[in-house]
Amino acid sequence: MESLYLLIPLSVVLAFGIGALFWWAVKSGQFDDMEGPGHRILHDDDMPAEANENKAGDEKNN
Amino acid sequence: MENQATYNYKVVRQFAIMTVVWGIVGMLVGVVIAAQMVWPQLNVGPYFHFGRLRPLHTNAVIFAFGGCGLMATSLYVVQRTCNVRLISDKLAAFVFWGWQAVIVLAAITLPLGITSGKEYAELEWPIDLLITVVWVAYAVVFFGTIAIRKVKHIYVANWFYGAFILAVALLHIVNSMEMPVSMWKSYSAYAGAVDAMVQWWYGHNAVGFFLTAGFLGMMYYFVPKQAGRPVYSYRLSVVHFWALIFTYMWAGPHHLHYTALPDWTQSLGMVFSLILLAPSWGGMINGIMTLSGAWHKLRTDPILKFLVTALSFYGMSTFEGPMMSIKTVNALSHFTDWTIGHVHSGALGWVAMITIGSVYYLVPRLFNREEMYSMKLVETHFWIATLGTVLYIASMWIAGVTQGLMWRAVNPDGTLTYAFIDAVKASHPYFFIRFLGGFMFLSGMVLMLYNVIRTAVAGRPVNAEIPAVVAHA
Ligand code: HEM
Ligand code: HEM
Repeated sequence: MESLYLLIPLSVVLAFGIGALFWWAVKSGQFDDMEGPGHRILHDDDMPAEANENKAGDEKNN
Repeated sequence: MENQATYNYKVVRQFAIMTVVWGIVGMLVGVVIAAQMVWPQLNVGPYFHFGRLRPLHTNAVIFAFGGCGLMATSLYVVQRTCNVRLISDKLAAFVFWGWQAVIVLAAITLPLGITSGKEYAELEWPIDLLITVVWVAYAVVFFGTIAIRKVKHIYVANWFYGAFILAVALLHIVNSMEMPVSMWKSYSAYAGAVDAMVQWWYGHNAVGFFLTAGFLGMMYYFVPKQAGRPVYSYRLSVVHFWALIFTYMWAGPHHLHYTALPDWTQSLGMVFSLILLAPSWGGMINGIMTLSGAWHKLRTDPILKFLVTALSFYGMSTFEGPMMSIKTVNALSHFTDWTIGHVHSGALGWVAMITIGSVYYLVPRLFNREEMYSMKLVETHFWIATLGTVLYIASMWIAGVTQGLMWRAVNPDGTLTYAFIDAVKASHPYFFIRFLGGFMFLSGMVLMLYNVIRTAVAGRPVNAEIPAVVAHA
């Protein structure tokens, strides 16, 4: 039983923390656009230079 | 050396390679303990006894294999989606070497029998402290990178990774409160039923945030990228995130049915476990439907096969879990191999498959190659892994239900129908099938290591250039 005196307050604090974070996310416009972000990661071309240039000369790298 | 213009792929590369290496080590230990259950003679000496190797297995697969996979992918995803290099290369390097040190220390201390005795938190207090330092550094690198992002929106995968990092920090600190009595021995700050409840609050949420939320972050980036399609519903992915993290933490008592924990807490845990089915399946459907319009790719692309199969097993284990948390079902399944089957449908089917798919996605990009050295081998790996998983799960279901039924069978006069050893004998063939399934899964990992090495040797390590921020579509 005593464990609940630790875990329930902890969980409630956590729930409020999550709530606050959610509130911040809404306020700061994180959820204004529910279409674009899904497409944006596809526009980011992460194929290696070599594959893109069909094995053109060595690229600079480090 | 124009560091500012490139991403830090080095740390991603290091973690990606170690994911495969620790995967082999952890699963090899898994196969060894599976063999020990078939052939008990294999329990040799104190150091290689089942009781010492079992926690080595769980630590190696969860924290070494899974942990490196999560760190590799999260550090890749956060850079690519925020359009910015990691906030600190030095700190990132510290996270890598620190985490490897934790793993090596675990691999030494556990066979020596040094343990705090808390499942999934066995490591003793000096290692616990090291974990805390490394984890804080990891959090600083991850959230620091988000703070300096060039894109206003924080992509949903980062939310999942972020929740995983914060939750694990909190869980680790609360559950590891302990009083050292010597260099390698400490006692928990909690006692009795309190200790058990704190332990399973930890254990349950470790499953929820380490083995689920973290890998969902992986899913929300690599499935759309590999399919070449945006997430089926971005809105649903956001709902999925908030619903999952709100629900998960109340479900922990399902690990403590019929114990000293107050009855109403157990029932509450059961109700929340049933509710958990909804966000879980929402996420699974969202992932699978991402392929709509791209189903044909599934026929030819073994990486996509890994990712989609992982989602199917995720759906399966998140259906099975709520069922097992119903108290009457748990009365049968608890303590049996059914739980072990459930664990590995999540662990092999979901966690390992999604990680393997994501690492196959990453490796060519990290070594400047168009694709893996051999896609044929990836395909072979996929089939071995799937078959191995099915053998493992199916055998444990049968063994588990058999054990549960035999243990509870009573004669008309009230005596037990079977001695414990009868149930062990009945399980023996299924232990062998589990060993076989595990051995297959491990073989697949060895193929993967070969394929990764060949790809790395054929290519060369690169740090991709950071593209100019693209305008919103
Ligand atoms: C809705 C989702 C889920 C629910 C409600 C759930 C529920 C459960 C239940 C009732 C048990 C048995 C407890 C016992 O009798 O001792 C269990 C054990 C376990 N589950 Fe799940 N599960 C879910 C998803 C998952 C997933 C996706 C994984 C991923 C790997 C997972 C990993 C585990 C582990 C590792 C254990 C064993 C813990 C132990 O006793 O050591 N679960 N789960
Ligand atoms: C080659 C693959 C694997 C084999 C052969 C294997 C085998 C085993 C065996 C024999 C046990 C002990 C079962 C018992 O005590 O009766 C076990 C436990 C466990 N394994 Fe694996 N395993 C494998 C892969 C994995 C992976 C990839 C993960 C996680 C990502 C994992 C997570 C666990 C966990 C969490 C437990 C403890 C379950 C519990 O206490 O309820 N395993 N495994």
